[in-house]
Amino acid sequence: MPRPGGSNVYEKSKDFFGSIKRLLSNLKSWRIIIIVALFLAMFSAILSLIAPNKLSDFTDIITKGLAIKTDKLSYLSEEIQNNFNGEKLKIKINSINNDQSINESDKEIFYNSLKQMQQENDEKKKQVILFSLPDSILIHLLDTIKIDGKVINEKDQLAMLRLSEKLDKEGKTEESLKLVDELPESIYSIIKPEINMKKIKDLAILMIIIYILSALFSYIQNYAMTTVSNNFARGLRSEISSKINRLPLKYFDSHETGDILSRVTNDIDTIAQNLNNSLATLVTSFTLFIGSIIMMYVTNWIMATTAIISSLVGFVLMFLILGKSQKYFSMRQKELGNMNGFIEEMYSGHNVIKAYNGTDKAILDFQELNDKLFDANRKSIFLSGLMQPIMGFVGNFGYVAVCLVGALLVLDGNISFGVIVAFMIYIRLFTNPLSQIAQAMTNLQSTAAASERVYEFLDEEEMTKENSSIHLHRHKVKGFIEFKNVKFGYDKKKTIIKDFSAKAEPGQKIAIVGPTGAGKTTMVNLLMKFYDINSGEILIDGVSTNNLTRENIHKLFIMVLQDTWLFEGSIRDNIKFNQENITDKDIWRACRTVGVDHFIKTLPGGLDALLNDNETISSGQKQLITIARGMIEDAPFLILDEATSNVDTRTEELVQKAMDKLMEGRTSFIIAHRLSTIKNADLILVMNDGNIIEQGNHEELINKNGFYAELYNSQFQK
Amino acid sequence: MFKLFKNLTKKDIFYIFVCFLLIFFQVWIELKLPDYMSSITRLVQTEGSEMTEILKQGAYMLVCAGGSLLLAIVIGYLAAGIASRFSRSLREKIFRKVESFSTSEIKKFSTSSLLTRTTNDVTQVEMLIGMGLQMMAKAPVMAVMAILKILNKGVEWSVLTACCVAILLITVAILMIVVLPRFEKVQKTIDKINGVTRENLTGIRVIRAFNAEKFQKNRFEKVNNILTNMQLFNQRCFAIMMPMMNIVMHGLILGIYIIGAVLINEANMIDKINLFSNMVVFSSYGMQVIMSFLMLAMIFMMWPRAQISAKRINEVLDEELSIVEGNFDKVTSEVGTVEFRNVSFKYPDADDYLLKDISFRAEQGETVAFIGSTGSGKSSLVNLIPRFYDATDGEVLVDGVNVIDYTTKALNNKIGYISQKAVMFTGTVKENVAYGDNGKSKPTLEEIKEAIEVAQGKDFVEKMDKKYDSHIARGGTNISGGQKQRLSIARAIAKKPEIFIFDDSFSALDYKTDAILRKELKKHTKNATSLIVAQRIGTIINADKILVLDKGECVGVGTHKELLENCEVYKEIALSQLSEEELNNA
Repeated sequence: MPRPGGSNVYEKSKDFFGSIKRLLSNLKSWRIIIIVALFLAMFSAILSLIAPNKLSDFTDIITKGLAIKTDKLSYLSEEIQNNFNGEKLKIKINSINNDQSINESDKEIFYNSLKQMQQENDEKKKQVILFSLPDSILIHLLDTIKIDGKVINEKDQLAMLRLSEKLDKEGKTEESLKLVDELPESIYSIIKPEINMKKIKDLAILMIIIYILSALFSYIQNYAMTTVSNNFARGLRSEISSKINRLPLKYFDSHETGDILSRVTNDIDTIAQNLNNSLATLVTSFTLFIGSIIMMYVTNWIMATTAIISSLVGFVLMFLILGKSQKYFSMRQKELGNMNGFIEEMYSGHNVIKAYNGTDKAILDFQELNDKLFDANRKSIFLSGLMQPIMGFVGNFGYVAVCLVGALLVLDGNISFGVIVAFMIYIRLFTNPLSQIAQAMTNLQSTAAASERVYEFLDEEEMTKENSSIHLHRHKVKGFIEFKNVKFGYDKKKTIIKDFSAKAEPGQKIAIVGPTGAGKTTMVNLLMKFYDINSGEILIDGVSTNNLTRENIHKLFIMVLQDTWLFEGSIRDNIKFNQENITDKDIWRACRTVGVDHFIKTLPGGLDALLNDNETISSGQKQLITIARGMIEDAPFLILDEATSNVDTRTEELVQKAMDKLMEGRTSFIIAHRLSTIKNADLILVMNDGNIIEQGNHEELINKNGFYAELYNSQFQK
Repeated sequence: MFKLFKNLTKKDIFYIFVCFLLIFFQVWIELKLPDYMSSITRLVQTEGSEMTEILKQGAYMLVCAGGSLLLAIVIGYLAAGIASRFSRSLREKIFRKVESFSTSEIKKFSTSSLLTRTTNDVTQVEMLIGMGLQMMAKAPVMAVMAILKILNKGVEWSVLTACCVAILLITVAILMIVVLPRFEKVQKTIDKINGVTRENLTGIRVIRAFNAEKFQKNRFEKVNNILTNMQLFNQRCFAIMMPMMNIVMHGLILGIYIIGAVLINEANMIDKINLFSNMVVFSSYGMQVIMSFLMLAMIFMMWPRAQISAKRINEVLDEELSIVEGNFDKVTSEVGTVEFRNVSFKYPDADDYLLKDISFRAEQGETVAFIGSTGSGKSSLVNLIPRFYDATDGEVLVDGVNVIDYTTKALNNKIGYISQKAVMFTGTVKENVAYGDNGKSKPTLEEIKEAIEVAQGKDFVEKMDKKYDSHIARGGTNISGGQKQRLSIARAIAKKPEIFIFDDSFSALDYKTDAILRKELKKHTKNATSLIVAQRIGTIINADKILVLDKGECVGVGTHKELLENCEVYKEIALSQLSEEELNNA
């Protein structure tokens, strides 16, 4: 059995081979179903190899029933001829002589003819003379004969003789067939051709069985492969989805969301679809291909070679086109990508383009890209459309070649006609699968590319395993946090936080300030252990976070960030999120504290109101909901991003009040934007260029007259 | 769909006509093939036929096959040209249309939907034309011609063929009825999978902070299972298609032969041969009939998808423009003034007014600021000036002329608009700053440098590897939000407009940069009028005039000091940001 994947056809890229191999090895749990399916595909192919053979048998049977039964015919003529041999003739001469019913002139002709015949040696001429006798004489010369139990009287025999006389004169087959139909019933029924209906019936039943079996096999195979490929795709999808949860955040900082999304949908779709089609197609086509080659060579090697050589030209052409069109297809894909990117940029920057009169330039740029896409489009459509007609031509060409060589061989007496008929079918069976194999191979190429992307993602380095010896319970934690000589850099070689130490007592507020892009979120990342620190320690109640699991740390923190993250679902689901044992009462209490209860009550459905992309809920209200979510979690530490840039002032007040409530009694780290927060903070961490450059409280820092002081004063510069 | 076809050029319609002719001819040639085939078969079968005769028939057949191939190539070439030209012009038409849209139309469709309409949907239609055009012409021609060839060759066979066609069509119809509506559902579920994954990615910090990985995973699996089951159902249904087709096709041939055997057996000698050759011809033409109906069925399966796309494209093309250009482009008597006269505004479909009866005037060189909560309408207010929207009632005047009278170009030349979300285009820093056409000459490198310096971008631009020629990636992803905002401000400065409109453009900057930038800008553009939408009191504290908006109404006009005294809303806002002491110090 040829290996699916067909390493011997294409060995272009090692990656291709590797990815397919990996793909197949990942299909291991489905092995049995796949093998059964592929076997079914093979059986189905073998059956379709047999079917044409049977059809040609069928034709043969019908053909046999077309011609007059020549053996019966010659037997019949022999029997009739026997009437005229010497012995019988002598007896007849006497009886004719005595017969009064025959008139004298006829008798005269008879005697003359007899004399002539005696002089004549040529048998044929003798016959001509004999047949020219009048009917009255001839009928006397004939005796009733019996063939296959059927009695043929003298009259019928005479008719037969007269007919064969005419037949000899008539050249045209059509006329002669008409004459045959005029034969008396007794003779007609003997020589009339008959199709062996029993054989036909048997064969028909056999073929129906073959067709139905073949269809059944191919359906079961299809069904099985569909099941496998879709379940496999489901598996891959959930693998990716869980992989997302195991990757370090670092990965997402350097990879685009759209790219990962496209792996979950487009790439996996490609894999599933091609897996579904290609594997079975490959097996079927290979079976057909190799089967027809074997069958051809077994039948006749000269014809087989003819068939293969005559198709070869076409195949070379086909592969050339395939290679070319592949090139244009990838070009088209690329141009489409460029176009997409350009349009996205233009559409999303629409206001600016309009306001800056950039429309004309945009259209010019667009036209340039559009022309390129057009060119690639036209070529790829044209070339890929060529496949079908070329394959058709190759088939016809092979057909003619086989017929010609076959006819030559038949003339030499080397083969029978049946061989040619068989080859006519084989040539079709031989040429069709190759184009399918070519198609399947290109599909596999794209499968390989897609699975490479999926596996690349699945192979990404995951977060470090953690050995947790200690577990801190969220209700028993006092609330101390200490940074001890912490060093950190997103890039290990480039340390941005250099030797940072600080302490926070329970209930204290630590404000993180700095200009945009100063790296304020770095602190969040470190506290939540989203990133591992290079050296040093962060201690929670004196326990190093190195000894705590991420899960444990996350349980100790409430985190409310600036970008409000809500998912599609009801408000209740969004507030409750993954937390268990939360009643509606708890939710309402949190909402009340945050001050969003009134708003929720005005929504249709209240807590059941669905949150989706529509804009019924403002960003401020969204932020309030996320705060309510944090409220419910109830943990000793808080991380808060105060930024409310998308919130209107009225709501901002609400949000700020809610935030203040949230801070009560918690050790809080606040990415601060409000001066009041900053001023009241127990500790201010001033960040710039990723590093913490100053720390202390407001008074201390102002007195220091450094970066913070400048930052603070800049707001009120005239 | 047919409406879209109207976009075909005359030349292409002519080509389509040529294609149809060629296809007609091609089918005619192709249908000759079985004749030659059967005569070759007959010759080979008959003993003692001449080799030259077989050669002759073979040559005829090859000529026909070659002719058909040649025609197919020509048709393919023409069709590829027609389809890709069609899609090119359609894409351009959509793009031009979208470019002429105002913000409200863009919002109505959403950017991402417009994007798929311009690319994916056009590709769908293109595919239908590229493949469908040939099939659409070929299938009926082939069906009719093949039927004509076999019309008088036997009632029994004709009935059988008709039955087979009927079975096929019914199968296809049932499949379409069952599966097609599910296709749409599958598409929606894929969107959902995308949605959940996107949520997972965007909310990754939150999810981890809440240890909600499992929760999210369950949400994902739910959609994942729905999708898988739907796909399974659809594909299992479609798995019936191929075996069914095979059975029908083979069954047809077998049936023709069985009927043939019976007929021949019962016939007279004279009819036998005739019947036999009719049978052979029938089996090949019957196949052609089936094939042509299958082709038709395939078009019917492709059609709905393209139809949906066509509908989506037409929606864009048919969208009525809400903003019509005026024709005033002469010199105005006033310079740098903006005046609102009793302006009210509401979105086309909305019930409530977003702005109610707003009147104010900004003189040349003045700075006018707008403050208020979100939804107070301050952004919408300034959007009326460059005509992203048009005022529902009242007049907006720039340099004493109503904005709706200007040509778009003339109006835009007066305005330097900076959006809240900085927009960067792929290209160099220089190109981004010099973007657009202000009706004057392009800014020189010096002017660009100056603009960037005023916008406080000099430091970071000069730190970039190629300075002003540094590449800005798509969407400006290789520079930070604050840097993007500074460059977009530089873009407006380089344009040297009479009027600057800062639509909340400072909030991405930190206080310090914000302050310095405004100071430098004031120095640099003494005669320019500035309209500033802001959220921070600090940003607008020095404005000549501040309009306080609340729920679309103007609740206070004046300077910072005046408003603190007499505008309650303003005071509230101010106190939420600064302490009393700070406010008094300012």
